[in-house]
Amino acid sequence: MSGWLEKQLPKLVLAPSFVAILIFVYGFIGWTAWVSFTKSKLLPRYDIVGLIQYDRLFVSPRWDVAFSNLFIFGCLFIIISMLLGLLLAILLDQKIRTEGIIRTIYLYPMALSMIVTGTAWKWILNPGLGLEAMVRSWGWESFSFNWLVDPNMAIYTVVIAGVWQASGFVMALFLAGLRSVDEEIIKAAQVDGIPTWRIYSSIILPSMAAIFLSAFIVLAHLAIKSFDLVIALTGGGPGYATDLPATYMYTMAFSRGDIGQAASSAMIMMAVVFAIVVPYLYSELRAKND
Amino acid sequence: MTEPNSNYADSRYIQKLILRSLLFLLLGTFAFYYLMPLFVMVTTSLKSLEEIRTGSLIELPREVTFAAWKTAWSGACTGIQCEGLRPYFWNSVLLAVPAVIISTLIGALNGYVIAQWRFKGANLIFSLMLFGCFIPFQVVLLPMARVLGIINLAGSISGLVFVHVIYGIGFTTLFFRNYYVSIPVELVKAAKIDGANFFRIFISIFLPLSLPIIVVTVIWQFTQIWNDFLFGVSFSEAGTQPVTVALNNIVNSTTGVKEYNVDMAAAIIAALPTLLVYVVAGKYFIRGLTAGSVKG
Amino acid sequence: MSTILEIKNLYKDFGSLNILNNINVTIEEGDFLVLVGPSGCGKSTLLNCIAGLEPITSGAIAIDGRDMTIVSPKDRDIAMVFQSYALYPTMTVGQNITFGMKVRGVEKNEREEKLAKVAKQLQIEPLLNRRPGQLSGGQRQRVAMGRALVRDPKLFLFDEPLSNLDAKLRVEMRTEIKKLHQNLNASMVYVTHDQIEAMTLATKIVVMKGGVVQQIGTPSEIYNHPSNLFVADFMGSPAMNLIPAKVAKNGKGVKFTIARSYGEPLILYDEHITKLPENVVLGLRPEDIGDAKLRKGDKLQISTCSVDVVEPAGADTYVLINLGGKEVTARLQAETAAQTGMEMAFTFNMDKVSYFDAQTGQRLN
Repeated sequence: MSGWLEKQLPKLVLAPSFVAILIFVYGFIGWTAWVSFTKSKLLPRYDIVGLIQYDRLFVSPRWDVAFSNLFIFGCLFIIISMLLGLLLAILLDQKIRTEGIIRTIYLYPMALSMIVTGTAWKWILNPGLGLEAMVRSWGWESFSFNWLVDPNMAIYTVVIAGVWQASGFVMALFLAGLRSVDEEIIKAAQVDGIPTWRIYSSIILPSMAAIFLSAFIVLAHLAIKSFDLVIALTGGGPGYATDLPATYMYTMAFSRGDIGQAASSAMIMMAVVFAIVVPYLYSELRAKND
Repeated sequence: MTEPNSNYADSRYIQKLILRSLLFLLLGTFAFYYLMPLFVMVTTSLKSLEEIRTGSLIELPREVTFAAWKTAWSGACTGIQCEGLRPYFWNSVLLAVPAVIISTLIGALNGYVIAQWRFKGANLIFSLMLFGCFIPFQVVLLPMARVLGIINLAGSISGLVFVHVIYGIGFTTLFFRNYYVSIPVELVKAAKIDGANFFRIFISIFLPLSLPIIVVTVIWQFTQIWNDFLFGVSFSEAGTQPVTVALNNIVNSTTGVKEYNVDMAAAIIAALPTLLVYVVAGKYFIRGLTAGSVKG
Repeated sequence: MSTILEIKNLYKDFGSLNILNNINVTIEEGDFLVLVGPSGCGKSTLLNCIAGLEPITSGAIAIDGRDMTIVSPKDRDIAMVFQSYALYPTMTVGQNITFGMKVRGVEKNEREEKLAKVAKQLQIEPLLNRRPGQLSGGQRQRVAMGRALVRDPKLFLFDEPLSNLDAKLRVEMRTEIKKLHQNLNASMVYVTHDQIEAMTLATKIVVMKGGVVQQIGTPSEIYNHPSNLFVADFMGSPAMNLIPAKVAKNGKGVKFTIARSYGEPLILYDEHITKLPENVVLGLRPEDIGDAKLRKGDKLQISTCSVDVVEPAGADTYVLINLGGKEVTARLQAETAAQTGMEMAFTFNMDKVSYFDAQTGQRLN
């Protein structure tokens, strides 16, 4: 092999992936952005007309619901998952013999497809035959849990299912973080007479700032992508009460044949992710390069 | 006045016992919370429709029947076809295996280049690839649909493999790069002096060292690809759908009577491969999940 | 005797940072060249440039007369031993040593033959089927040397090979490397930050600081005639005493006045030198300052000093006295009666003295 070729070999090996990313990630984002500025309907058009798709988006009542659902679902999902994950991590950190089994039990939902999760919870929360019926059969006749079909409450069922799936992962992250604190610091604190709860709140938790951030980023990312879960659990309904930007985009793209709307809603999703992830990646890569 | 030692020790001991019991109670409650849906799915799938209507959610089946499973596998309707999950399960296999192998291999080579053969711009390229992992895929759905049409792969399993490989490379590269970065540079120097070239060094030195990260990457990729729905539902057609899409079709089909037991059996069938992988190699799965997130 | 390595006007920049500045070194076949200096002086970088693992900005490197500018490491006929041994972790000791031959397509029989020869030489025969992870530090180092030996190269390169070993092992391995050099009459370039290693192993030493060569010479030259303050201070243990002094003409020679924290300044004479600046630094090794009661010799100048600290060290006793604002070490025989606080007569061997310019640090004699 000639000397020049050999020197360039690493670059050549990386090149196809790099080109692929350029085209299929950045190029495609560009294409979608472009189309979001056009009047595309069933087929894409490339003559730019301005922000009309975004205007249409922001006055659409369906998008309103979808976007506000994103925040309701997103905030609840992230906060509850983090709190639950933290609680479980602290519990599991107490040196329990069956830790391995318990950790397996808490984490397995993450191995499931969101379609499976949605299907399971759809059944459990089924008003006529699921949880509601069961509690009623125990004697509590007036118990009502028809959130699944109630337009106002349906989004919270998505939260329940989502938390069930993701909190185990948050727990695993936090457990690793709890354990990464130097044993000797904890021993010193114990010798100093500091109570266990105080050791957690003043020493261990503050040192986990980076992991809280990681967990937040991953959960936020999951929330924004939540498409499978909604489709399986509620189909976006009742009506479009549990629509999220992800399902809105899909409907516009493949059912309504409104590519302009699909593109603009996708770009909004992109912007939200961008706003959260970019500062995080920037600080991560700077730290790694130091 | 001091408390007699034995009383004090006793009360401390009892306090510890109470706290410990509380701990186990809490842990147990949550274990129940996580296991309950799985339990419900299994039991429901083993009941007859009659029992489901008359019985309650968490009751054990009075009469165990596997009829729902048979239907789910070979008779359930996923739209016009009523062949059950079997053909779609096979689709997922045909999709996942090549996609996992190809994306892992490419990720390994990429990680090797970025970690050990630094050149100007390598870090920039890595950052760009890393960012690609985080995008919501909705933003590439439309153009990808068009491109697949243009290169004649629309609606085919090969097309899906292509899509999953492209969008999997970011993660696989990340995993391998983080792993290879901790291999000392002097190893490559010694091999260069020994006369080994780029590929020889990779095959003879790096690959043998890579078993842990290969396992993590394969498990992660397999789970992601098998469980995917978005790409599956956007880029496949009636005969080439993966098992997740077929499952959704079965569950949300509007024709006929809702057969909850079949739904549950189908869900379990769809979940089995990744669940099995998790049970067998869960340790590595967790490592994969926390790979990029926790700073080592 | 042919020139085996010639480095001419070598410069290396890394971006805007200059790492190696105008390096010129030549060694003959059979030489043991040691590159020594503090961390960051560029010695490892220079070694990597010789190996072809790092590119150079300008200048030339020639191995056995061949210009190496476009030659890749594997074709330079060199072998390298690394600080971390860099043994291939998933291969056995035998495979580690023969990997290079395998890559070059050497026949199996020849490989086995060469492996056996080297294994015998380094006494690692029982280790051949083990993995690096199962070996001790010293064993790993021998395997690393075995990998180098089996190449039968023109030049052996060592990058701080003993730094990872504990003190005792280090001394043992140092002797082994020296024996290897003598038995093979091999040409070696060796990098270390340990000046004792440099002094004991080298036939030629290059002292480096900040990417610039400070001095090139034999161990004896470096030790007895350091070319500047840095070399004087860096090489030799304990370090050379560097004493500030004021110069005044005195007949045919000069007179040195060295201030003391107590009493009269110390006066020393040198009749053989005339031109010196007003402020110099006198360099005297501890062994050149002695106990007047125990050391005799008419060339020695005697003066009374006050003892600050006495450090018995077995065969010698080190005594610290205050001169010119510095703590000066004298190496006395163990029989000395020196005690802290006492005033006693010391001998100063002005035949061995080095003079340095107080401003530039350059040697003056």
